[in-house]
Amino acid sequence: MKPTLDITLAGIRMKNPVMVASGTFGYGPEYAELVDLNKLGAIVVKGISLEPWGGNRTPRMVEVPGGLINAIGLQNPGVKGFTEKYMPFLRNHDIAVIVNIWGKTIEEYTEVAARFDQVEGVHGLEINISCPNVKAGGSSFGTNLDSTAKLVAAVRARTRLPIIPKLAPNVSDIGAFAKVCEDNGADALSLINSFPAMAIDIETRKPVLANVSGGLSGPAIHPIAVKLVFEAAKAVKIPLIALGGITSAKDAIEFMIAGASAVAVGTANFTEPLTSLEVIDGIASYLARHKMKSVQDLVRSIRL
Amino acid sequence: MRIENGTIVSHEPMGPDYRVLILKLPELAPLARPGQFVHLRIAQLHDAVLRRPFSIYKAEGSHLSILYKTVGRGTASMQDLRIDDPVNIVGPLGNGFPLDVPDTATPVLVAGGYGVAPLYFLAKRMKRRGVLFIGGAKAIDILLVDDFLELGWEVQVATDDGSLGVKGLVTAPLDAWLQTSLKGARPEFYACGPNGMLKAVGDRAIKGDWKAWLSLDRHMGCGVGACLACVQKVRLNGQETLARVCKDGPIFEARDVIWED
Repeated sequence: MKPTLDITLAGIRMKNPVMVASGTFGYGPEYAELVDLNKLGAIVVKGISLEPWGGNRTPRMVEVPGGLINAIGLQNPGVKGFTEKYMPFLRNHDIAVIVNIWGKTIEEYTEVAARFDQVEGVHGLEINISCPNVKAGGSSFGTNLDSTAKLVAAVRARTRLPIIPKLAPNVSDIGAFAKVCEDNGADALSLINSFPAMAIDIETRKPVLANVSGGLSGPAIHPIAVKLVFEAAKAVKIPLIALGGITSAKDAIEFMIAGASAVAVGTANFTEPLTSLEVIDGIASYLARHKMKSVQDLVRSIRL
Repeated sequence: MRIENGTIVSHEPMGPDYRVLILKLPELAPLARPGQFVHLRIAQLHDAVLRRPFSIYKAEGSHLSILYKTVGRGTASMQDLRIDDPVNIVGPLGNGFPLDVPDTATPVLVAGGYGVAPLYFLAKRMKRRGVLFIGGAKAIDILLVDDFLELGWEVQVATDDGSLGVKGLVTAPLDAWLQTSLKGARPEFYACGPNGMLKAVGDRAIKGDWKAWLSLDRHMGCGVGACLACVQKVRLNGQETLARVCKDGPIFEARDVIWED
């Protein structure tokens, strides 16, 4: 019998647990000529703020061994621009749409959430409390327990959509952050965002990125992310979406065994745009080979 | 845009510093237009997460060629590519040059070093002939002169050390030509090279009320417009905005570009 891949995560139905991560897949059309969006579980679109935002100066990205450091700085067309330009396209596809949202203040976050509450075709909100590349907002919320609690509760109060805080990796106790999100009304969690990182040109002695530092993503961070997902899974009951350096089905399965209900492919979209599709096929054949009926049997199946 | 596993048909040096890689890409090659680029995944570079962009030098039948110089880790590892090796390619990417030169205009190509590669593809696909201005550091950096002459184009050369053509920047023979040989004709510029050269060509076009199509180069991430790493400040309908060099470019008209560096 063919194993079933479909899941319902925080009330969001997906045909499989494989998503594409915010910031690595644009708003949908960018990769649509190469990747059939109807085959993916969900798309998490690039972070949206209340008003259009220009992001950081260039250079914004540098490759390092096993990954890249980015400091895009959340450039985006704002709620209105995104909704008008991209939602018609996304509504035309059979894919769960999760919008990553951010703001510089709690009020901005809640206003964005309230606006998306009215937008047809949005299935959930990923709350970016962990971007390392903006001065205000972002990880200034996600690395402080009190701010995280206040922000999640405030967003919860303004939307009926499932809310999914995206956690920062650079905290001393990921379980505590996961728990505070759960206690304040989060329906699921995404973990983890990129790691604060930096590269220096030794000839000029200048930082390579105009923003000085950025966030590290890619295969280099995968084992660290597995540990964080494992820790968070022990702390909460709500479902986890795991991301961090997935390049193959093996990486995705590892996350699910550690505690994730779904996974998101990020940086690998740049390397190999078909990675997410290969991960879906790879999970299916793994389940068949291990005689598992459903992908849900994989979740939190670690043997200690 | 396609993703295709190609094979290497040929990989030959062009002078001491450059190489030409010919790939068999039956699906992708016929779609290529001058000024577009391909994104190459270098299998030898195991720890690399980014593809490498190369402008298209030739596209004939099922074959697509790139002309490159070893400038970094990626191109260094490409030295080892052998005939029949597989290479994964995404492309063709970007907008490409406009091909419809106005009847009243003379096409003027301006190349900095191996920036001449996409201009050769353009010259091959253009119905009209014109003038190529090519500049480089030394004589060995001046490529494809005979190829352009064979196509019936006039070629003018400048080198920093004077080892070939005029000594100095490519703008020296260009300015002389604009002063003496224009004879009422309207030039339309197509340029690929370093930013300083592109800006210089653009400035001349704006001053003369001519068009200049500039091929910009920025560090790219995804190549398809998703990651927003390679943005360039531009003026669109009178408004300042950020364009994606990989998707909205790499070709921009001089008036649209707002230079900051």
